[in-house]
Amino acid sequence: MGQSIHSAFKILVNGMMTETTASTLQALLAEQGYGDTRVATARNGTFVPSRVREETTLKPGDSIEVVSARQGG
Amino acid sequence: MTIRHSDLTGSKPGLNPLTLYGVELSSRMLLGTARYPSPQIMADAVAAAKCELVTVSLRREQARGQVGNRFLELIMDLDVRVLPNTAGCNTARDAITTAQMARELFDSDWIKLEVIANDDTLQPDLFGLVEAAEVLARDGFKVFPYTTEDLGAAERLVAAGCEVLMPWGAPIGTGQGLNNRAALKAMRAYFPDTPLVVDAGIGAPSHAAAAMELGFDAVLLNTAIAKAGDPVTMARSFAEAIHAARAAYESGLMAPRDMATPSTPVFGTPFVDEDPTS
Repeated sequence: MGQSIHSAFKILVNGMMTETTASTLQALLAEQGYGDTRVATARNGTFVPSRVREETTLKPGDSIEVVSARQGG
Repeated sequence: MTIRHSDLTGSKPGLNPLTLYGVELSSRMLLGTARYPSPQIMADAVAAAKCELVTVSLRREQARGQVGNRFLELIMDLDVRVLPNTAGCNTARDAITTAQMARELFDSDWIKLEVIANDDTLQPDLFGLVEAAEVLARDGFKVFPYTTEDLGAAERLVAAGCEVLMPWGAPIGTGQGLNNRAALKAMRAYFPDTPLVVDAGIGAPSHAAAAMELGFDAVLLNTAIAKAGDPVTMARSFAEAIHAARAAYESGLMAPRDMATPSTPVFGTPFVDEDPTS
């Protein structure tokens, strides 16, 4: 929704330089193809609950973490 | 309390239950889910040990990846409680954010809090640990701090709201056992009513048994089972050792003595005459 009116900018997604036109974190997850994967997110080191991803706007240089469940000790 | 002969493993009558943050667990073995030869072997090991609490983690997900979903499904099929960790975090801030992400992802406010000070020893950064524990406990988390035997740090963690303490036995993944038995014993004495879990460094069932015989409430381990030649049999072996040693502890272990005491009655020993003058 409205992604295409934004020009592309660069952010870090899981440490990888990524070019995006997504204006929000929710749009970024859709654009990147996370689909129905159950993930948790953080923006610039701060937790972003899933319920506020839609209103979390992205800026050039943002660092986004997208994590999911894994084995652990 | 009686220990029945048939009570060999896992959850059974005979032992007092373990209560962590108000949740009663029959098994005193907490198991990590990492480093197994396959997901199925991990699941079989959890089942063989009758574990009720397993640790999990969070890691970066690839775009279009479904790794996390598959792992979540596997864990949910185990029908056990999960304890997410903050493994790999070197600062309180990273650990706090990781805990918050874990709470949403696993729908649990239990968190194994790790703030690591040093990559070679993986020892806890006690300053960052206390800082993160304070923030997370205020935010409603049930914090399980991976700590050392340091009593000052432990006091700060309890004051922060931690109702469980998890001191290391030895550095993570080393399998050295209880490197500082005297300090662990002191910790047990100092915190008689706080559940204490030896976390990390356990390499053999005898190490786990030693922790239980010291009066520790549970043991958390991973590598010793996951990297065994036969992880499922090893998981069962650990469960049996932990159960046996806990039962022994609850039965009242004898105190060591410096001098020998005959176990066979002395009275009536043939060829030994009573001293008539005594």
